[in-house]
Order: sequence, then structure tokens, then C-alpha cells
Amino acid sequence: MRTEWTKFRTVRGFVIAMIVAGGVILGLGLSPMSGTCTEQTCRQPVGPEGEEVRDSFYLLHRPLTGDGGITARLTAMTGRVPDIPADEGDRDDGGGRAAGPAAGEDMRDGLAPWAKAGLIIKDGTRRGSAYAAVMVTGGHGVRMQHNFVHDRAGQPGTAGAPAPRWLRLTRAGDVVTGAESADGVHWNTVASVELAGLPATVEIGLFATSPQFVEATGLAGSSSGPTLVTATFDGISGGADGWTGEGIGADGSHRPDGTGVTLTGSGDIGPVVVGAAGLGVSITQTLLGTFAGLVLVVVVGAAFMTGEYRRGLIRTTLTATPARGRVLLGKAAVLAAVTFGVGLVSAAAVVVAGRRLLVGNGVYVLPATLLTEVRVIAGTAALLAVAAVLALGIGTMLRRSAVAISAVVGLTVLPYLLAMTVLPAAAAQWLLRVTPAAAFAVQQSAKQYHQVENLYTPANGYFPLPWWAGFGVLCLWAAAALAGAAVLLRRRDA
Amino acid sequence: MSETTIVVDGLRKRFGSAQALDGMSFGVRAGQITGFIGPNGAGKSTTMRVILGLDRPDAGTALVGGRPYRALRRPLCHLGPLLDAAALQPSRSARNHLLWIARSQGLGAARVDEVLEQAGLRQVARRAAGGFSLGMRQRLGIAAALLGDPPTLMLDEPFNGMDPEGIIWMRGFLRSLAGQGRAVLVSSHLMSELQDCANQVVIVGRGRVIADMAVAELLRSASGGRVTVRTGGSGAADVLRAAGGTVTDAGHDTVTVSGLASDRVIAALSARAVPFSEVAVHRASLEDAYLELTREAVEFRASETAR
Repeated sequence: MRTEWTKFRTVRGFVIAMIVAGGVILGLGLSPMSGTCTEQTCRQPVGPEGEEVRDSFYLLHRPLTGDGGITARLTAMTGRVPDIPADEGDRDDGGGRAAGPAAGEDMRDGLAPWAKAGLIIKDGTRRGSAYAAVMVTGGHGVRMQHNFVHDRAGQPGTAGAPAPRWLRLTRAGDVVTGAESADGVHWNTVASVELAGLPATVEIGLFATSPQFVEATGLAGSSSGPTLVTATFDGISGGADGWTGEGIGADGSHRPDGTGVTLTGSGDIGPVVVGAAGLGVSITQTLLGTFAGLVLVVVVGAAFMTGEYRRGLIRTTLTATPARGRVLLGKAAVLAAVTFGVGLVSAAAVVVAGRRLLVGNGVYVLPATLLTEVRVIAGTAALLAVAAVLALGIGTMLRRSAVAISAVVGLTVLPYLLAMTVLPAAAAQWLLRVTPAAAFAVQQSAKQYHQVENLYTPANGYFPLPWWAGFGVLCLWAAAALAGAAVLLRRRDA
Repeated sequence: MSETTIVVDGLRKRFGSAQALDGMSFGVRAGQITGFIGPNGAGKSTTMRVILGLDRPDAGTALVGGRPYRALRRPLCHLGPLLDAAALQPSRSARNHLLWIARSQGLGAARVDEVLEQAGLRQVARRAAGGFSLGMRQRLGIAAALLGDPPTLMLDEPFNGMDPEGIIWMRGFLRSLAGQGRAVLVSSHLMSELQDCANQVVIVGRGRVIADMAVAELLRSASGGRVTVRTGGSGAADVLRAAGGTVTDAGHDTVTVSGLASDRVIAALSARAVPFSEVAVHRASLEDAYLELTREAVEFRASETAR
């Protein structure tokens, strides 16, 4: 290993390439992206479990002390969504990708799939406070949700027509139980959840909210805009009077409707996501330069072996160390160590500096836990290191620099770039599951939530595999390449 | 030290349709320079690669100090090879080239500086090896072979690309290594390069050994009693044939005969009163001896190719 280290550090090209690799990761990560956020406007409430959340809805509430509950029937649920033509991506009227049409303009009738209307028990009206709610959704049936990140589905049959539907929410101590019924007689429990530390007096009532609508347009483009939901309830336990209407973090309204009440709301109750339908970016954004560094790293990884074949130096190497497996392992260890070091320093620097730059430019950056940040940074370094070993293995098998480098770049960098830019989502996701580029999943810092409508695409910082699985895919590729290299290196004449 | 040498026994190796090695067997003795000589394609480099464990033979064994090369723990301390002096990373300095090889044998930088001095490369040690002339690369290759202070050295065409001064240096250097009791195996396709240098020659052709003998013996056998007579008379060839000689060349005024010692040539010509002005005993050069020995192998190949 000391031999291979001496070899590595005494080739100026290798050293320069590694420094440049670190440089481009840093340089490309410091993006000129800017936004309009200030410390006040983009600060999001923090939920009971510590993550930043959206908590915007229209609420009709009154206090409830001690145990108790509420029952109501949702009799109608309609909505408005942005009217986005199919060729939006190519339209040139400035009507706005991402910005979306203003409410009321360019809108058509329709329900967002995650439009929500139902019953809620909440620890006061402060945004981000604990809650539990049972609701009917635009396209996902009856759900029981609590504390922003938890979601349970009701009976499968409830996903058809949203209304009419009976809902019931009851509190017993810290336990809140949601139930639904088609006729108000036969009830099905959706879920019972525990809201630890819920005070004696809580707010209970009806709510309506409807999230950002998003649609993929053209090649990796997207179009989004706010939506509205209008929900009519009757049969409210305790009557339709004596309620306080209040927009929580969003506009909305309510009006009496016969024996019931109609609520109109817009927004969402759930975790913050980044990207097309979400807000700002995650720290993944700062690591966009990784692919360019990766190109250099795999070139060095392959050339560390193919260079010796090209010059006949491999004979000197194998004469000095006849144990060929040891030569391969020595090279792999040196490459991995050097690349990991360079990757760690540059990734840490770009995440810290890049975030500061983005925030300074008014871009909302979704906070990540320290553990997640460490995983993203160390994972990026490990991605580079293992990719270098993969390149070494392929270089050893193919023995020719140009062929080997093309193969490795084609396997690792190209799928990532295609997935980030031109490929439709399905193809992009497939590529990022099976190719070594799957390991880019280590850079995902924002969580994906099925109950929040969004384009969970690589371009938005969401990868199809969990970080450990994506990294595992790369490791399998590298292990296979290294094993193949060891077999061929032993078997072939040098 | 005398025990640690190269022994090659019955090596066979086929590359596709070409039989590169066809029962190659020889040994290398300590304290001697053994010339490993044959035309290009005779199997010299393949044999050396097999000795170094780089190529796997189809049959036969090659041992270094009684063990296969690949079983040696610090192999360059047993055998110092120079295969291809051009095999260098061009941007790496001479010193760093030697440094990584030294590290692979657990040797330190001090040893690198020693061999640089020995090979006369101290002045250029920190220059990129890519800028070296072939002669300087040969010196660097020799320095690398000496790193492990091995009892045996094996050099493939070390005279290639050397200027006359370099060739003289190399010959002297190899002689001094042998003088220290080391075994030195030197391959060449030019016999003349090994003149005044090799003690022993292993002559190969078509993947096997044609001759394995001391240089002195080779010269003796090749001289073979050829005698050239300068004569004004016309009957010399007939007279010498009658005396039992074989006339190999009968020109206008010279006749070359073999199979007759010079004194018998003189006696025969005198007895028949054939006038002659000069009788010269032909002294073969190493090159002549080599060509004579390999002629057969080369001709065989030529006829095979023609067929």
C-alpha cells in the first residue's frame, strides 16, 4: 500500500486531477441561485417532532376541555386547480412555471388529490402545534393524520366519491381516535394515535386546506400553482353555531349553509418538502458539482491501472510484487483513501459555504439534522471513493484507458446527468436504481412523504432508493468489478 | 551466493498458433556473465517473463534460487530484472521511480540514492524520466535492478539505444557485477555486443537452446580450421581436395579450405609444387560463430515459411 501511495503521489497528473476534482465540487456547488426569502418570510413553523412543517389551513374551532369529541358529515367537496395546458413547458407567455397562476385566474374546477377537509383536534392555534385529524381527501380516501408526518389510510373503499361521508374524532386522555362511516350508524375506526402531553384544553373543530398543485411538463420542467377546496358539512355535533372561523397561516372563509357550514381553504398541513410543489431547496442542491468531480475521480481511478498497462510499467509492478491480488488491493486502498479525503473536505466545504450563499441570496434551504448532514457529506466522499475503486476494477479488466474511462463515465456520471436533465421520471428512476449512479441517493437530505404531492425527482433532490440501498448498489458494482479484476489479473499473462 | 541462480527446465509456451517456447532449458552460473542470444522472436523475452512469473508457461519450470519467482517474499532482493527500460511513467522523476520500487521491497530512500550513484544518475535524479534518452533509461533500469542488491541480475537487451561510450560503460559494469560473484544473464540479438564481456553463451532459436557453452569453446569450434591460401597457381583447389580438405571458396587468387590444419595445407601445396604467397588461419569472431550456429535454425524457419 505504501508502494502504491508513493506511485500515486509522484505522478503530478493524479495529484492535480484530485485537487481539481475537489475544486469543481466546490465551484459548481456555489450556485448563483437567488430567491426572495428573508429571515422572516421563509421561516417555517417547527412541528412537534422537530422538522419544519407547513401549517396553513382554514379552521372553524372552539375549545374542548377534558375528554370529548366531534362528529360531522361531509356533504360536498369541490375545488379549483390551476388550468395548465399540456404544452405549458413550451408556452412563452410568461404565465409562469413554478410561480403558477394567481388564484382565480386560469383556474378550472377540480380537486387536488391531497385536498383535505375534515375534523381536527389541535393544541391551540399556534402554527406547528400538535394535532390529530381525520379527513376526506380529494383522491386518497379517508385519512387519519397527526403531527404533520404521520398518515394512516382508512377503508380502501373510501377513495371513490369523497362525499357524503361521516367523520368522528374523539379524545380520551392523550389518545385521539378517528372514525368514518357511510351512514352515521356503522362506524369504522381509521386509527387511534397518541399525542403525548396534550393539555387539558385543546381546540376542536372543522378544517379545510388544499396544497400546491404540480405537474411535470416537457423535459424535466414543471408547472405548479395554489389550489382551493370548498367543503360543506352538516350534522355537526353541538350544532353549527358558536364556532370561531380563523385562517391559520393562510386565507380562507366560512359561511352558513342550511343546517351546516361551508369552509373554503388553501394550504397544507404536513411536512415541508423541497422542489416543484414545495419550498426552496435542500442541501443536496449545494452538491450539484459532485458529478464533475466524479468524472475526474473515475479518470484517475481507471488511469491508475491502465496507465501502467499503457507504458508497460505493470510488468515492473508485478515483478516487484508478484502477489497480484495485493497489488490490486493496494491500489484500491490508496485510491479510496485519497478520494474519500478529497471528497470529505470539498463536500463539507461546499455544504457549509453553499448553504450560506443560498440563504444570503434569499433561497429557502430546508434544514437537515446534523446526522443527515454528516451522512450527506460522508456519503458523497464515500460515493467518490467507491466509484474510484469501481473505475480501478474496470480499468484492470479492460486495460485500455480510453475504453475503461468511457465505460465508467457511462455507468456512473451519464445516468445521473440524464436523470437530472432530460429523462422522463420513470426512466430516470430506473437508471438511478440499477446503475452505480444509484449511490447519488446518499446526497438526499429532504425526506419524501407520500402524503405530500410533489415531483419527487432527482432534479428536486429526491432519489428512488434510500441512501443506504443506493450506496449498496454502487458497492455491489465495485465489488463485482474488483473481483473480476482480481480473477483476470491473476489469470492473464502480464 | 553461488547457489542462488536461475534454472530453466523444459519451458513450453504457445501464443495462439506460434510456439514461442519449445523446451527451453538452461542454467545461469554465479560469478559469470551469461549471454542469452538469439534472433528476434527466438523466445528470449518470453523466457525472461516466465522466469519473473509474468507469463505462465504451458509446461516446464523456472526457478530462482531454487524457488519459483512468485514465491519469493522480496523478489528483487533475489533477482534484479531489467525488462523494458522504456517502461516508465514519464512525469515521475528517476528518484521517485526507484523510490516506489524500493518501498515495495521494504527498502529505504538511502538505498535509492546509492544505486543512483552507482548507475551514474545522481545529477539527473530529480528530473522527469520521460525526458531521458534510451541510454539513460537503461541506466535507470540497471539502478532499479540493483536496488535489492540481488545475487542474480537478468537484463533484456540492455545495450539497446546506448551510444558507444554507454556500451563500454555497460560492459565494464556487468563485468564488475560478475566480479562481485553475481550471476548475470544478458540477452541480446547482436552477438557482437557481448564480445569481450560474456563468459558463457546460451544461444537460442525457435524457442529452444541451440548451444550452451563457454565463449572460448564456441570460438574454437567456429574457427573450425579454416585456412585461406593466396596462390597464383590454378591447381591449389584440386591439390587440397586430394589431400582431404573441403574447399569452401575458390576465388581468382584465393582458396579457402577447411578440415586441414595450416601445416598440412603448406605440406600438400609444397609437395605438388603449387606456388602460394600466404597462408592465413581464419580467426572467427563471436559473431561468425553465432551466425554459423544459428544458420541452420534460421534456414529451417525460412524453408518452413516458404512452404
